[in-house]
Amino acid sequence: MALCLTAVCLLCSAILGVVYAVTFEPIKAAARANLEQSLSEVVPQGCTVNTDADSREMEGVEYQCYEAVDAEGNPCATAVSSTVNGFGGSLTVLVGVMRDGSVCATKVLSHSETPGLGAKCEDSSSAFVKQFEGFDPSVKKLSVRKDGGDVDAITASTITSRAYTLAIENAVKLMKKKEADDE
Amino acid sequence: MSKLGLITKGFVKENPTFVLVLGMCPTLATTTSAMNGLEMGLATMFVLILSNIVISLIAPLVPDKVHIPVYIVVIATFVTVLQLLMQAFVPDVYKTLGLFIPLIVVNCIVLGRAEAFANRNSALDSALDGIGIGIGFTLSLTVIGLVREILGSGSAFGFKFLPSDGILAFVMAPGAFLVLGYLMVLFNKIAKK
Repeated sequence: MALCLTAVCLLCSAILGVVYAVTFEPIKAAARANLEQSLSEVVPQGCTVNTDADSREMEGVEYQCYEAVDAEGNPCATAVSSTVNGFGGSLTVLVGVMRDGSVCATKVLSHSETPGLGAKCEDSSSAFVKQFEGFDPSVKKLSVRKDGGDVDAITASTITSRAYTLAIENAVKLMKKKEADDE
Repeated sequence: MSKLGLITKGFVKENPTFVLVLGMCPTLATTTSAMNGLEMGLATMFVLILSNIVISLIAPLVPDKVHIPVYIVVIATFVTVLQLLMQAFVPDVYKTLGLFIPLIVVNCIVLGRAEAFANRNSALDSALDGIGIGIGFTLSLTVIGLVREILGSGSAFGFKFLPSDGILAFVMAPGAFLVLGYLMVLFNKIAKK
Protein backbone atom coordinates (compact mmCIF):
# COMPACT_ATOMS: atom_id res chain seq x y z
CA MET A 1 0.00 0.00 0.00
CA ALA A 2 2.63 2.51 1.10
CA LEU A 3 4.91 1.17 -1.61
CA CYS A 4 2.32 1.83 -4.30
CA LEU A 5 1.69 5.40 -3.16
CA THR A 6 5.44 6.08 -2.90
CA ALA A 7 6.00 4.72 -6.39
CA VAL A 8 3.22 6.83 -7.87
CA CYS A 9 4.50 9.97 -6.14
CA LEU A 10 8.07 9.34 -7.28
CA LEU A 11 6.99 8.78 -10.85
CA CYS A 12 4.81 11.88 -10.86
CA SER A 13 7.57 14.06 -9.40
CA ALA A 14 9.95 12.78 -12.06
CA ILE A 15 7.48 13.73 -14.80
CA LEU A 16 6.96 17.16 -13.25
CA GLY A 17 10.70 17.68 -12.97
CA VAL A 18 11.16 16.99 -16.67
CA VAL A 19 8.27 19.25 -17.73
CA TYR A 20 9.51 22.02 -15.43
CA ALA A 21 13.00 21.83 -16.92
CA VAL A 22 11.64 21.84 -20.47
CA THR A 23 9.28 24.79 -19.93
CA PHE A 24 11.61 26.85 -17.72
CA GLU A 25 13.22 28.80 -20.56
CA PRO A 26 10.03 29.40 -22.60
CA ILE A 27 8.22 30.66 -19.46
CA LYS A 28 11.03 33.09 -18.73
CA ALA A 29 11.10 34.21 -22.35
CA ALA A 30 7.32 34.72 -22.37
CA ALA A 31 7.44 36.78 -19.18
CA ARG A 32 10.27 38.87 -20.59
CA ALA A 33 8.51 39.45 -23.91
CA ASN A 34 5.42 40.48 -22.00
CA LEU A 35 7.41 42.96 -19.89
CA GLU A 36 9.21 44.37 -22.92
CA GLN A 37 5.89 44.82 -24.72
CA SER A 38 4.36 46.62 -21.72
CA LEU A 39 7.43 48.81 -21.23
CA SER A 40 7.55 49.90 -24.87
CA GLU A 41 3.89 50.97 -24.63
CA VAL A 42 4.47 53.52 -21.86
CA VAL A 43 7.59 55.33 -23.11
CA PRO A 44 7.84 57.59 -26.20
CA GLN A 45 8.19 55.81 -29.53
CA GLY A 46 11.73 55.10 -30.64
CA CYS A 47 13.02 54.76 -27.09
CA THR A 48 14.80 51.68 -25.86
CA VAL A 49 13.98 50.45 -22.38
CA ASN A 50 16.39 48.62 -20.15
CA THR A 51 14.50 45.57 -18.86
CA ASP A 52 16.68 45.26 -15.76
CA ALA A 53 14.68 46.78 -12.95
CA ASP A 54 16.11 49.27 -10.54
CA SER A 55 14.27 48.96 -7.27
CA ARG A 56 13.51 52.15 -5.30
CA GLU A 57 11.73 52.78 -2.05
CA MET A 58 9.42 55.62 -1.08
CA GLU A 59 7.32 55.82 2.10
CA GLY A 60 7.85 52.13 2.76
CA VAL A 61 6.67 50.97 -0.67
CA GLU A 62 8.92 49.33 -3.26
CA TYR A 63 8.81 50.52 -6.86
CA GLN A 64 10.47 48.94 -9.89
CA CYS A 65 11.98 51.48 -12.26
CA TYR A 66 13.05 50.84 -15.85
CA GLU A 67 15.17 53.50 -17.53
CA ALA A 68 14.53 54.38 -21.17
CA VAL A 69 16.97 56.06 -23.57
CA ASP A 70 16.19 57.72 -26.91
CA ALA A 71 17.85 57.01 -30.26
CA GLU A 72 20.91 59.12 -29.33
CA GLY A 73 21.35 57.28 -26.05
CA ASN A 74 20.18 60.12 -23.81
CA PRO A 75 17.91 59.19 -20.92
CA CYS A 76 14.39 60.33 -21.85
CA ALA A 77 11.89 58.64 -19.56
CA THR A 78 11.45 56.11 -16.79
CA ALA A 79 8.80 53.40 -16.61
CA VAL A 80 7.72 52.92 -13.01
CA SER A 81 5.76 49.91 -11.82
CA SER A 82 3.54 51.35 -9.11
CA THR A 83 1.27 49.27 -6.86
CA VAL A 84 -1.66 50.65 -4.83
CA ASN A 85 -4.77 49.21 -3.20
CA GLY A 86 -7.64 49.14 -5.65
CA PHE A 87 -11.25 48.19 -5.04
CA GLY A 88 -10.73 44.43 -5.12
CA GLY A 89 -7.05 44.11 -4.16
CA SER A 90 -3.70 45.31 -5.44
CA LEU A 91 -3.65 47.35 -8.60
CA THR A 92 -0.30 47.56 -10.38
CA VAL A 93 0.11 50.25 -13.00
CA LEU A 94 3.12 50.79 -15.21
CA VAL A 95 3.63 54.54 -15.57
CA GLY A 96 5.92 56.12 -18.11
CA VAL A 97 7.28 59.34 -16.57
CA MET A 98 9.12 61.82 -18.81
CA ARG A 99 12.20 63.72 -17.67
CA ASP A 100 10.12 66.89 -17.17
CA GLY A 101 7.78 65.08 -14.77
CA SER A 102 4.84 64.69 -17.16
CA VAL A 103 3.18 61.34 -17.83
CA CYS A 104 3.87 59.69 -21.18
CA ALA A 105 1.41 56.78 -21.01
CA THR A 106 0.13 54.21 -18.52
CA LYS A 107 -0.78 50.54 -18.58
CA VAL A 108 -2.27 48.11 -16.06
CA LEU A 109 0.05 45.23 -15.24
CA SER A 110 -2.23 43.37 -12.85
CA HIS A 111 -5.52 44.07 -11.10
CA SER A 112 -8.44 42.40 -9.37
CA GLU A 113 -11.12 45.01 -10.02
CA THR A 114 -14.79 44.23 -10.66
CA PRO A 115 -15.36 42.83 -14.17
CA GLY A 116 -17.42 45.26 -16.23
CA LEU A 117 -16.81 48.17 -13.86
CA GLY A 118 -13.34 48.90 -12.49
CA ALA A 119 -11.78 46.31 -14.80
CA LYS A 120 -12.33 48.80 -17.64
CA CYS A 121 -9.09 50.48 -16.52
CA GLU A 122 -7.34 47.53 -18.18
CA ASP A 123 -8.47 48.60 -21.65
CA SER A 124 -5.59 50.69 -23.00
CA SER A 125 -7.79 52.26 -25.70
CA SER A 126 -10.46 53.52 -23.29
CA ALA A 127 -10.91 57.26 -22.76
CA PHE A 128 -9.99 56.83 -19.11
CA VAL A 129 -6.51 55.46 -19.84
CA LYS A 130 -6.01 57.75 -22.86
CA GLN A 131 -6.52 60.93 -20.79
CA PHE A 132 -3.21 60.25 -19.00
CA GLU A 133 -1.18 60.36 -22.22
CA GLY A 134 0.88 63.51 -21.94
CA PHE A 135 -0.77 64.45 -18.64
CA ASP A 136 1.31 67.17 -17.01
CA PRO A 137 0.81 67.24 -13.21
CA SER A 138 2.28 70.75 -13.03
CA VAL A 139 -0.57 72.10 -15.20
CA LYS A 140 -3.48 69.81 -14.31
CA LYS A 141 -4.36 68.29 -10.96
CA LEU A 142 -3.82 64.55 -10.62
CA SER A 143 -7.00 63.50 -8.82
CA VAL A 144 -10.53 62.61 -9.92
CA ARG A 145 -13.06 65.41 -10.57
CA LYS A 146 -15.09 64.38 -7.53
CA ASP A 147 -12.06 65.27 -5.39
CA GLY A 148 -11.52 68.56 -7.23
CA GLY A 149 -8.95 67.30 -9.73
CA ASP A 150 -8.81 67.06 -13.52
CA VAL A 151 -9.18 63.31 -14.03
CA ASP A 152 -12.42 61.93 -15.47
CA ALA A 153 -13.25 58.81 -13.48
CA ILE A 154 -14.69 55.60 -14.93
CA THR A 155 -18.48 55.65 -14.46
CA ALA A 156 -19.50 53.87 -11.25
CA SER A 157 -15.85 53.07 -10.43
CA THR A 158 -14.60 56.05 -8.49
CA ILE A 159 -12.52 53.92 -6.13
CA THR A 160 -10.70 52.19 -8.98
CA SER A 161 -10.16 55.54 -10.71
CA ARG A 162 -8.83 57.05 -7.50
CA ALA A 163 -6.45 54.14 -7.02
CA TYR A 164 -5.25 54.37 -10.63
CA THR A 165 -4.66 58.09 -10.26
CA LEU A 166 -2.85 57.55 -6.97
CA ALA A 167 -0.57 54.99 -8.62
CA ILE A 168 0.37 57.59 -11.24
CA GLU A 169 0.80 60.29 -8.62
CA ASN A 170 3.14 58.06 -6.61
CA ALA A 171 5.20 57.29 -9.71
CA VAL A 172 5.53 60.99 -10.53
CA LYS A 173 6.43 61.77 -6.92
CA LEU A 174 9.04 59.01 -6.90
CA MET A 175 10.71 60.45 -9.99
CA LYS A 176 10.70 63.93 -8.46
CA LYS A 177 12.30 62.56 -5.31
CA LYS A 178 14.88 60.71 -7.40
CA GLU A 179 15.77 63.90 -9.23
CA ALA A 180 16.14 65.74 -5.92
CA ASP A 181 18.28 62.92 -4.52
CA ASP A 182 20.53 62.91 -7.56
CA GLU A 183 21.30 66.59 -7.39
CA MET B 1 -22.19 0.48 -25.03
CA SER B 2 -20.88 1.32 -28.49
CA LYS B 3 -17.68 3.33 -28.84
CA LEU B 4 -19.57 6.22 -30.39
CA GLY B 5 -22.14 6.05 -27.60
CA LEU B 6 -19.32 6.49 -25.06
CA ILE B 7 -18.50 9.84 -26.61
CA THR B 8 -21.99 11.14 -27.31
CA LYS B 9 -23.44 10.31 -23.90
CA GLY B 10 -21.38 13.18 -22.49
CA PHE B 11 -23.16 15.68 -24.74
CA VAL B 12 -26.72 15.27 -23.52
CA LYS B 13 -27.55 12.20 -21.40
CA GLU B 14 -24.65 12.65 -18.97
CA ASN B 15 -23.84 16.28 -19.66
CA PRO B 16 -21.54 17.19 -16.75
CA THR B 17 -22.90 20.69 -16.26
CA PHE B 18 -26.64 20.50 -16.93
CA VAL B 19 -27.41 16.88 -15.94
CA LEU B 20 -24.71 15.68 -13.52
CA VAL B 21 -24.30 19.25 -12.14
CA LEU B 22 -20.60 18.76 -11.40
CA GLY B 23 -17.72 21.24 -11.48
CA MET B 24 -19.87 24.26 -10.68
CA CYS B 25 -17.02 26.43 -9.39
CA PRO B 26 -15.20 26.89 -12.72
CA THR B 27 -18.55 26.88 -14.53
CA LEU B 28 -19.77 29.91 -12.63
CA ALA B 29 -16.47 31.73 -12.31
CA THR B 30 -14.80 31.48 -15.71
CA THR B 31 -17.76 31.93 -18.06
CA THR B 32 -17.63 35.73 -18.24
CA SER B 33 -17.19 35.41 -22.00
CA ALA B 34 -17.63 32.67 -24.59
CA MET B 35 -13.87 32.51 -25.22
CA ASN B 36 -13.05 32.09 -21.53
CA GLY B 37 -15.61 29.29 -21.24
CA LEU B 38 -14.20 27.54 -24.28
CA GLU B 39 -10.60 27.78 -23.03
CA MET B 40 -11.55 26.51 -19.57
CA GLY B 41 -13.48 23.60 -21.12
CA LEU B 42 -10.54 22.61 -23.31
CA ALA B 43 -8.10 22.79 -20.38
CA THR B 44 -10.35 20.52 -18.32
CA MET B 45 -10.77 18.14 -21.24
CA PHE B 46 -7.00 17.80 -21.60
CA VAL B 47 -6.64 16.77 -17.96
CA LEU B 48 -9.73 14.56 -18.06
CA ILE B 49 -8.62 12.49 -21.05
CA LEU B 50 -5.07 11.94 -19.79
CA SER B 51 -6.05 11.19 -16.20
CA ASN B 52 -8.78 8.79 -17.38
CA ILE B 53 -6.28 6.85 -19.50
CA VAL B 54 -3.62 6.64 -16.79
CA ILE B 55 -6.07 5.78 -14.03
CA SER B 56 -7.69 3.01 -16.07
CA LEU B 57 -4.21 1.54 -16.64
CA ILE B 58 -3.02 1.67 -13.03
CA ALA B 59 -6.35 0.96 -11.31
CA PRO B 60 -5.84 -2.85 -11.05
CA LEU B 61 -2.47 -2.29 -9.33
CA VAL B 62 -3.63 0.24 -6.77
CA PRO B 63 -4.80 -1.08 -3.39
CA ASP B 64 -8.30 0.05 -2.51
CA LYS B 65 -7.24 1.93 0.63
CA VAL B 66 -5.02 4.41 -1.20
CA HIS B 67 -6.89 4.75 -4.48
CA ILE B 68 -8.11 8.31 -3.83
CA PRO B 69 -4.66 9.74 -2.93
CA VAL B 70 -3.17 7.99 -5.97
CA TYR B 71 -5.84 9.38 -8.29
CA ILE B 72 -5.39 12.88 -6.87
CA VAL B 73 -1.62 12.71 -7.37
CA VAL B 74 -2.10 11.61 -10.97
CA ILE B 75 -4.65 14.36 -11.65
CA ALA B 76 -2.53 17.01 -9.91
CA THR B 77 0.47 16.01 -12.01
CA PHE B 78 -1.43 16.51 -15.25
CA VAL B 79 -2.83 19.82 -14.03
CA THR B 80 0.64 21.09 -13.16
CA VAL B 81 1.97 19.93 -16.53
CA LEU B 82 -0.88 21.81 -18.20
CA GLN B 83 -0.19 24.89 -16.08
CA LEU B 84 3.51 24.94 -17.00
CA LEU B 85 2.77 24.38 -20.69
CA MET B 86 0.19 27.16 -20.76
CA GLN B 87 2.52 29.56 -18.97
CA ALA B 88 5.22 28.81 -21.51
CA PHE B 89 3.27 28.79 -24.74
CA VAL B 90 -0.05 30.62 -24.26
CA PRO B 91 0.69 33.16 -21.48
CA ASP B 92 -2.31 35.32 -22.41
CA VAL B 93 -4.78 32.48 -21.91
CA TYR B 94 -3.02 31.56 -18.69
CA LYS B 95 -3.41 35.13 -17.45
CA THR B 96 -7.20 35.10 -17.94
CA LEU B 97 -7.82 31.66 -16.44
CA GLY B 98 -5.09 31.98 -13.81
CA LEU B 99 -6.35 30.61 -10.54
CA PHE B 100 -8.85 28.24 -12.12
CA ILE B 101 -6.25 26.06 -13.79
CA PRO B 102 -4.82 24.69 -10.49
CA LEU B 103 -8.42 24.30 -9.30
CA ILE B 104 -9.01 21.64 -11.99
CA VAL B 105 -7.31 19.26 -9.50
CA VAL B 106 -10.36 19.38 -7.26
CA ASN B 107 -12.87 19.54 -10.10
CA CYS B 108 -15.50 16.91 -9.28
CA ILE B 109 -15.81 15.94 -12.93
CA VAL B 110 -12.23 14.70 -13.18
CA LEU B 111 -12.23 12.70 -9.94
CA GLY B 112 -15.83 11.66 -10.56
CA ARG B 113 -15.01 10.09 -13.93
CA ALA B 114 -11.96 8.38 -12.44
CA GLU B 115 -14.09 6.84 -9.68
CA ALA B 116 -17.20 6.08 -11.69
CA PHE B 117 -15.74 5.04 -15.01
CA ALA B 118 -12.00 4.89 -15.57
CA ASN B 119 -11.14 2.50 -12.72
CA ARG B 120 -13.34 -0.30 -14.12
CA ASN B 121 -13.04 0.17 -17.87
CA SER B 122 -10.31 -0.24 -20.52
CA ALA B 123 -7.92 2.58 -21.39
CA LEU B 124 -9.56 3.13 -24.79
CA ASP B 125 -13.07 3.33 -23.34
CA SER B 126 -11.83 5.68 -20.62
CA ALA B 127 -10.20 7.93 -23.19
CA LEU B 128 -13.46 8.06 -25.18
CA ASP B 129 -15.38 8.79 -21.99
CA GLY B 130 -12.94 11.61 -21.25
CA ILE B 131 -13.40 13.04 -24.75
CA GLY B 132 -17.20 12.82 -24.51
CA ILE B 133 -17.53 14.35 -21.06
CA GLY B 134 -14.83 16.90 -21.97
CA ILE B 135 -16.70 18.02 -25.08
CA GLY B 136 -19.95 18.16 -23.12
CA PHE B 137 -18.31 20.33 -20.46
CA THR B 138 -16.64 22.57 -23.06
CA LEU B 139 -19.90 23.07 -24.98
CA SER B 140 -21.85 23.87 -21.82
CA LEU B 141 -19.26 26.40 -20.65
CA THR B 142 -19.09 28.02 -24.08
CA VAL B 143 -22.89 28.35 -24.25
CA ILE B 144 -23.10 29.84 -20.74
CA GLY B 145 -20.22 32.17 -21.58
CA LEU B 146 -21.81 33.17 -24.88
CA VAL B 147 -25.17 34.03 -23.28
CA ARG B 148 -23.45 36.03 -20.52
CA GLU B 149 -21.23 37.83 -23.00
CA ILE B 150 -24.14 38.74 -25.32
CA LEU B 151 -26.32 40.02 -22.47
CA GLY B 152 -23.54 41.50 -20.36
CA SER B 153 -21.05 43.00 -22.80
CA GLY B 154 -22.99 43.14 -26.07
CA SER B 155 -20.44 41.02 -27.89
CA ALA B 156 -19.92 37.40 -28.95
CA PHE B 157 -16.48 35.71 -28.94
CA GLY B 158 -14.95 39.17 -28.49
CA PHE B 159 -16.79 40.55 -31.54
CA LYS B 160 -18.73 43.62 -30.44
CA PHE B 161 -22.16 44.15 -32.01
CA LEU B 162 -23.70 46.59 -29.54
CA PRO B 163 -22.21 50.05 -29.08
CA SER B 164 -23.19 50.13 -25.39
CA ASP B 165 -22.18 47.85 -22.53
CA GLY B 166 -25.22 45.62 -22.04
CA ILE B 167 -26.56 44.46 -18.70
CA LEU B 168 -23.63 44.51 -16.34
CA ALA B 169 -25.13 42.03 -13.86
CA PHE B 170 -24.66 39.19 -16.35
CA VAL B 171 -20.89 39.60 -16.34
CA MET B 172 -20.83 39.43 -12.55
CA ALA B 173 -21.61 36.51 -10.25
CA PRO B 174 -25.42 36.90 -10.02
CA GLY B 175 -25.64 36.67 -13.81
CA ALA B 176 -23.72 33.40 -13.74
CA PHE B 177 -26.30 31.80 -11.44
CA LEU B 178 -29.24 33.20 -13.43
CA VAL B 179 -27.91 32.05 -16.79
CA LEU B 180 -26.91 28.64 -15.44
CA GLY B 181 -30.35 28.15 -13.87
CA TYR B 182 -32.34 29.11 -16.95
CA LEU B 183 -30.10 27.11 -19.28
CA MET B 184 -30.45 24.07 -17.02
CA VAL B 185 -34.25 24.29 -17.18
CA LEU B 186 -34.16 24.75 -20.94
CA PHE B 187 -31.67 21.91 -21.43
CA ASN B 188 -33.60 19.41 -19.33
CA LYS B 189 -36.86 20.34 -20.97
CA ILE B 190 -35.45 19.76 -24.44
CA ALA B 191 -33.48 16.66 -23.43
CA LYS B 192 -36.54 14.97 -21.94
CA LYS B 193 -38.50 15.07 -25.19
